[in-house]
Amino acid sequence: MTGISAIPPGLPLILGALLLPLFGQRIRAVLVLGLPLVALALVWQVPDGVSLKTGFLEYELAPVSGDRLSRLFGTVFAIMAFAAGLFALNRTRLVELVAGLICAGSAIGVTFAGDLLTMVAFWEVLALASTLVVWSAMTDQSRRAGMRYLIIHLLGGVVLMIGVIGHIADTGSVMFTAMKPDSLAHWLILAGFLVNAGAPPLSAWLADAYPEASPSGMVFLSAFTTKTAVYVLLRGFPGAEILIFLGLYMVFYGIVYALLENDMRRILAYSIVNQVGFMLCGIGIGTEMALNGAAAHAFTHIIYKALLLMSAGSVLYMTGKRKCTDLGGLFRSMPLTMICGVIGALSISAFPLTSGFISKSMISEAAANEYLTAVWLLLAAGSAGVFLHAGVKFPWFVFFQKDSGLRPPDPPLNMRMAMVLFAFLCIALGVWPEPLYAILPFPTDYVPYTRAHVVAMLQLLLFSGLAFFIMLPQMKRTLTITLDWDWFYRWLGPRVVSQAMHVLSRWHAHKRIDFLRHVGTLFGTLFLYHGPQGILARTWATGSMVLWVVILLGIYLVAYYY
Amino acid sequence: MKQHWLERPGTIRLLLIIFLCILALTLLANLLTEVHGWLGLDGTFAFNAWYGFATCIGMILAAKLIGRFLHRKDSYYDRD
Repeated sequence: MTGISAIPPGLPLILGALLLPLFGQRIRAVLVLGLPLVALALVWQVPDGVSLKTGFLEYELAPVSGDRLSRLFGTVFAIMAFAAGLFALNRTRLVELVAGLICAGSAIGVTFAGDLLTMVAFWEVLALASTLVVWSAMTDQSRRAGMRYLIIHLLGGVVLMIGVIGHIADTGSVMFTAMKPDSLAHWLILAGFLVNAGAPPLSAWLADAYPEASPSGMVFLSAFTTKTAVYVLLRGFPGAEILIFLGLYMVFYGIVYALLENDMRRILAYSIVNQVGFMLCGIGIGTEMALNGAAAHAFTHIIYKALLLMSAGSVLYMTGKRKCTDLGGLFRSMPLTMICGVIGALSISAFPLTSGFISKSMISEAAANEYLTAVWLLLAAGSAGVFLHAGVKFPWFVFFQKDSGLRPPDPPLNMRMAMVLFAFLCIALGVWPEPLYAILPFPTDYVPYTRAHVVAMLQLLLFSGLAFFIMLPQMKRTLTITLDWDWFYRWLGPRVVSQAMHVLSRWHAHKRIDFLRHVGTLFGTLFLYHGPQGILARTWATGSMVLWVVILLGIYLVAYYY
Repeated sequence: MKQHWLERPGTIRLLLIIFLCILALTLLANLLTEVHGWLGLDGTFAFNAWYGFATCIGMILAAKLIGRFLHRKDSYYDRD
């Protein structure tokens, strides 16, 4: 339990990220690219089982605990941090780089958390760091969207924490093991996880907040929050049937909203929900093959979704435009961005010889093996719909369609290198899936490339493409958004409150004065005890607080050793 | 402005013909591949072709229908 295997693999990323502001551009670049590689190396030093134990209150925590599943997610999170760092290296705001790396570090922290308290701690750091990534776009929209994002995720965090406390009270154990949704505490934990997964009814935060981040910021964001949720669901709730239904809802929600959307990065944001839906289905089916499929799909998805967002981010970076109605014809001057975008689009559509094909097919096949006919049929329709909204729609409206007159060149070298790296990985995993299959949670001898399977997938996708072009007149983009559940807290909520204030202000004057006097008395009493001079809230100098903390920690340290 | 080769009507027609040929080839491949339907419906001829096509048309129409109710101007929330 000592040595290198006891170092939490995410920790160097978090601590190193905090050091970034101390250095100049060059050393910073070395750190941004080097820290993820250090994390990747550490991920593979963690053996099976608990490798670091520590006490907290009366509980024994396991901040570092590994198995195949945690190493799989740790690996892809580290690779992702490297590529996103590379993509973000030029001209990105420092705070975004720092927050992005902390996102990666805390996501890796969650994957190696052997107990629920460590998991929640990293979970909250992830929520705060990803809010910072949204905010670092420094626009008015990003400020507001980031605040909504933060509120939703803190709410999810509170629900999760209540569930965790309930679980500890019920079972007396803090260890993070598989659960079933059979008690209130477990339902709350599940709900907390699902908020981050983008499950209904709170899926709107994703398409609301992510597209307001900077071009590189959204690349960071796409990977960590939702896939950390997929990881904890894989570990915590394998085989929970409700996930099948939620997953199917998300698959079609993503497709329909993406089809209706005009903003290219919001199309891709909806498609994250859609893809996480496939993974949730796999987790809900719960057989070894389905869980392998969900895990493999998370791995490949992180890479091709980042590639798609790098491609869209490059377009936004070079043109400053993000709406399909303003874009089109960019294949002429941005050929590399177009090719990488198309590779990402083919991968997300699970085209043969790309990474999506070798992962998504495991989930569908698992459904067929269990004779879940309706699920299988809906997943097949979902696959066709992915090709429709992400596979064809995104590249078509951005790079082809009409000539928008824009002639921007491909983006700077570091952005091109990041895209080429991930485009290469998308093809490499599709052609040579064995290394990925070898590190999946369960041993597998799955063969994706059978003739029947390839023919079936080609038919499904190509005829979906035919449907797209036949229906093209119906797909004309308009300057619109589509209402979602967030309407309740973005539109209705504020209006209900302002209406209530209005009614209150028209209340009979004497009753109002009476009421206000009571309220005044209440606040007066509170102020007496809790106000600045109140006995319960007397201001203490920060210095004396720090001194007491230092003394307490010192005593603890001494007591611990003797 | 010089026309890109991909924009020439001849190229587009050629691409269309190639696309249709590939579609036909996938149907032909169906005849040469032994399809064992597990779940009944998937054993029908060229199941994935017609199913993909039909569900995509269905999804686009469904999206249009939903959009009719839920579409708003993209400045909808900006007024707040």
